[in-house]
Parts: sequence; C-alpha cells; structure tokens
Amino acid sequence: MAIRERLSGNEAVATAMKQINPDVVAAYPITPSTEIPQYFSNFVANGSVTTEFIPVESEHSAMSATIGAAASGGRVMSATSSQGLALMFEMLYIASGMRLPLTLICGNRALSAPLNIHNDHSDSMGVRDAGFIQLYCENNQEAYDNTIMAIKITEKAKIPVMVCYDGFITSHSVENITLMENDEVKNFIGNYTPSEYLLDEKRNISMGPLALQKDYFKARVELAEAMRKAKDIILDVSEEFHKITGRKYDLYEKYMMDDAELGIIVLNSTAGTVKDTVDKLRKKGIKASVIKPRVFRPLPCDITNDLKHLKALAIMDKCDSINGFSAPLFSEITSAMYTASLNVPTVNYIYGLGGCDVKETDIEEVYKNLENIAKTKKIDNVTHYLGLND
Amino acid sequence: MIEIRWHGRGGQGAKTASLLLADAAFNTGKFIQGFPEYGPERMGAPITAYNRISENEIRIHSNIYEPDYVVVVDDSLLETVDVTKGLKKDGAILINTNKDIMEISKKLNGYKGKIFTIDASKISRECLRANYPNTAMLAAIIKITNIMTKDALLKDMKESFKHKFARKPEVIEPNMIAITRGYDEVIGGK
Repeated sequence: MAIRERLSGNEAVATAMKQINPDVVAAYPITPSTEIPQYFSNFVANGSVTTEFIPVESEHSAMSATIGAAASGGRVMSATSSQGLALMFEMLYIASGMRLPLTLICGNRALSAPLNIHNDHSDSMGVRDAGFIQLYCENNQEAYDNTIMAIKITEKAKIPVMVCYDGFITSHSVENITLMENDEVKNFIGNYTPSEYLLDEKRNISMGPLALQKDYFKARVELAEAMRKAKDIILDVSEEFHKITGRKYDLYEKYMMDDAELGIIVLNSTAGTVKDTVDKLRKKGIKASVIKPRVFRPLPCDITNDLKHLKALAIMDKCDSINGFSAPLFSEITSAMYTASLNVPTVNYIYGLGGCDVKETDIEEVYKNLENIAKTKKIDNVTHYLGLND
Repeated sequence: MIEIRWHGRGGQGAKTASLLLADAAFNTGKFIQGFPEYGPERMGAPITAYNRISENEIRIHSNIYEPDYVVVVDDSLLETVDVTKGLKKDGAILINTNKDIMEISKKLNGYKGKIFTIDASKISRECLRANYPNTAMLAAIIKITNIMTKDALLKDMKESFKHKFARKPEVIEPNMIAITRGYDEVIGGK
C-alpha cells in the first residue's frame, strides 16, 4: 500500500535511505544536503537502521570510506553538495575505476567563488566525466524513487550512481509524496551479494593496482562499455519499479512532444515550471514541448529521434562550461544531433546560476525566441543568459 | 490554486508557520508546497516563505510573485519591505499588529484589497509568555483563506502539537489557546 505523505526532498531521500538500510553510510555535512547525514544519524541512534554510520572529517574521507566499504562488499551510500563534491573529485574516479557499486546523493548547489549556497548544477556537471551514472530529479518524489532505484542500478551495472536534485528548491521544499512500504523497498532492492570483494577469504583479489598503458586503456574502455550497457539496466530496473509503484521512468521524459514545433530540454525542478508554461502556451495554440533528461550519464543520445520534427530547440543549462561558447547539456546534445545528421536550429540558455529564481515569464521569453527562430530560420545568438534583466 | 507569501523576521517562526500551514492543508487532502526563500539567515533579518495549496499536483517551482494572500508576521517590516508587491487585488493581507486598520493601511503603498489584522504578539505573550506570534497567525490565515473549519483546525493542531511537543506536554494547552484566539480575534477584511 502506497503511503501518502508530505516531505522535503532531503526528508524523502533520508526516508529512502532508512528503508534501504545500507551497510555503511559515510558523510560529512554540507549545505543543502546537511540534513541527509543529520536525519540518518538519528535513524542510527534510534535503532531504526542497522547501518554503520561514519561521521568522517571531510568529503574526501567520506568518499574514501564509502569506497573502502564498497570494496569490502558492503551496500554503501553517501551524500554531499557543491564544494563537498569538488573535494571528492579524485576519489570519484577511483570509485568508478574500481567498478564499485555505491550511491552518492547530490543536493545540487553552486560552486564558490563568490560564495553561494543556492542551487545550480555546477557541482554534478563538474564531475560529469568521473564515470558515475547520473540521475536527475524534478521533485521530492523523483528524488525518493531514484534513490531506491539507484541501489539496484549500481549493483547491476557495477558503476557508482549519483542522484542529483535541486538544493533548497527540492531539498528544502515540502511537497506531497507517495512512499513505498518498508517491505516493498526491501523486496525491490533484495539482498546484495557482491560477485567479488576484498574481504572474501576464499578468493584473494586486488582492486585498483598499477595498470600499464594498454591495461589502463582497456580498463577505461571497459568502463565506457559498461556505461553504454547501463542504459538497459536502468530501463529494466525502472520497469520493475513501475510494476510495483505505477510510477514510470524512462531515460528522459517527454511532455507534449508528439506534435511539437518548439522544444526545451531542461533538467530537474525547472522542468516542472516549463511544463506549466507549455500548458499555458498550448492554450494559445503555440505548439510548445519539453524534454527532461532523467539520465545524463549515460548520455541518452537517442534523444535525437524525438527532436526531428522540431522547428526550434532551446537547451537549458543551470551551469556554464566557461569555455566561451556553451554549457555541457547543450554541447553534448548538439553533438549527438550533429552526428545523427539532425539539423534543428538550437540555442543554449544558461539560467538560474547561484539559485537565481526561474519564473514562468523567463520560460515564456525562451519560447518567444524559439518562435522567432522557427519563423525566420535565423539564430542571432547561440548562447543566452536568462533572467538577469529585471 | 492558492498562493501565499509570508514576511517575517528570522527567529519569529514564519518558515515554521508556512510549514504548519502546508501540513494543515495536506491533512485536508490537498496538494501543497511549503518553502522558505533562504537569504543571509540571521536573527531579526527579513525573511520570506511561501505556500501553494491546490486540488491538483503542483509542478511549478518558482517563487511566488503574484500571491493571493500575504501574511506579515512583524509590522515593522512595513517600513522597509514592499509587502503588497504583486498581491492580487481580490486577495487579502494579514498583519500582526496592535495598530488599527486605518493607520496600517497608510503603510501599504495604496493597496486597495482586503486588510486583516491580529495582535498575535499580544496573544503569544499572554498564552505562551513569549513572542512566538506564528501559531496565532497560522489560525488567522486559515480562517481568512477558509482552508479548513475551526473544529478541524483545532483537532489537527492538537495532533500536531502532541507529536511536536511530546517532551513538553505542558505547552500544548497554551498553544491550543493561542490557536483558538488567533482564529477568533482576527479583524478587518472590509
């Protein structure tokens, strides 16, 4: 039986972690994901989980302890944001390179300097090449659901998973949510039996030792291949989840795409605001639509199949590559479009940096530009910065 | 959908009140959002919090710029914050103050909609022996928005306080009196 509740994003994820009852959680608090280790240490103290909780002295140690526990054969989780994720950087590559299943919660937040505690995607986008599967969440429900699914995905794919949701906007906003029963979660994730682990006394193995040129190259190609295959694993796990909960998840979500002329691609909470704007524009006869990637790693490159009929497309990034041209989501999707010989006029909107609020009127402005591009077939400017003019 | 914006000062419980209001509306079967706008948090600094209450799923995730209702937890904010900004003309503003409505209305930048007042600080001092005006304000805004009946509110709050004050049961009754008085003593709206 589904449970009707109202929780903040952080409460929802902490609840999922309680139901998952991992073997080890190692974390260091950082805004806006501080509440995750805070709530979770309460669960440990109250005996509602049997997890070994390690309150480490830095995020570098948090990821190191998580890696150690995963290598020892445990089901492990951690949580962080922003500078915390940045401090984990080198250990993230070690987690993925050693093909360790683990789940890292990321409450998305801007990176310093200047100092800012609010939401953008600079942190998780900054580690996009670290070999983690990345799941992005629109609201508390998706954060909860993806956290539970992440456990199965990471254990099947043997690639670490990062679950990303917007700091404050999702992490601190209380909204309705439907929770699973404890037993449902327990049965869904099942018991974890690692195929190989360091504490296996019957089989001595090494993890992450020196690999000379070709062996290193091979290991990286194997990781890339595993990432490619992770798409099917994600879809299988999502289908199993759908059967239990009725909530359907794909690699990306399409909204009003079938007959669309104008499209926006956007991650996380802003997708909800865009959906509302699409409904308003549709009433005026404007054929607007939105695609929300749930999975950014592996890159859902088949997304191009759904863009063919568009007359203009805006790809929105809540971070910047500071490369003097464009931001990551735009670069990668347009690269997929180019190689698929798909030539839809496409612009990049960088928005909401440092938590700058994104209003429906901002989204209307984007669609207005798309209408103009569709009409004139001309792009005056590829890169736009949205929401600074008021 | 009803959209509400709260103005308070850090430490007065505006954020808590917005979350309690979300709880109350949730308990009537509605879809809700309750969220603060985090700024440079410190005691006494102006803060803003928001509520959305709807029959349908709420997807929008922006702040509220054209609220149906505004709640002002501290009337000294009227001097520095444009609290009626974007407030719908057919909406209403609720202010915690001991001043009369005529006097207060002069500080609202010509706002023509309904004005309600309540001396929630006085209620709090008398019931709780401290300045926590948010419980009385919560009752007043529930009455104005008609989110639930007085009986339902009292029943709901009693349950919520039982849980919240499990270790301090002696404060439940004074808070219940503050809720009741908040509901009964709100005036204005003409």
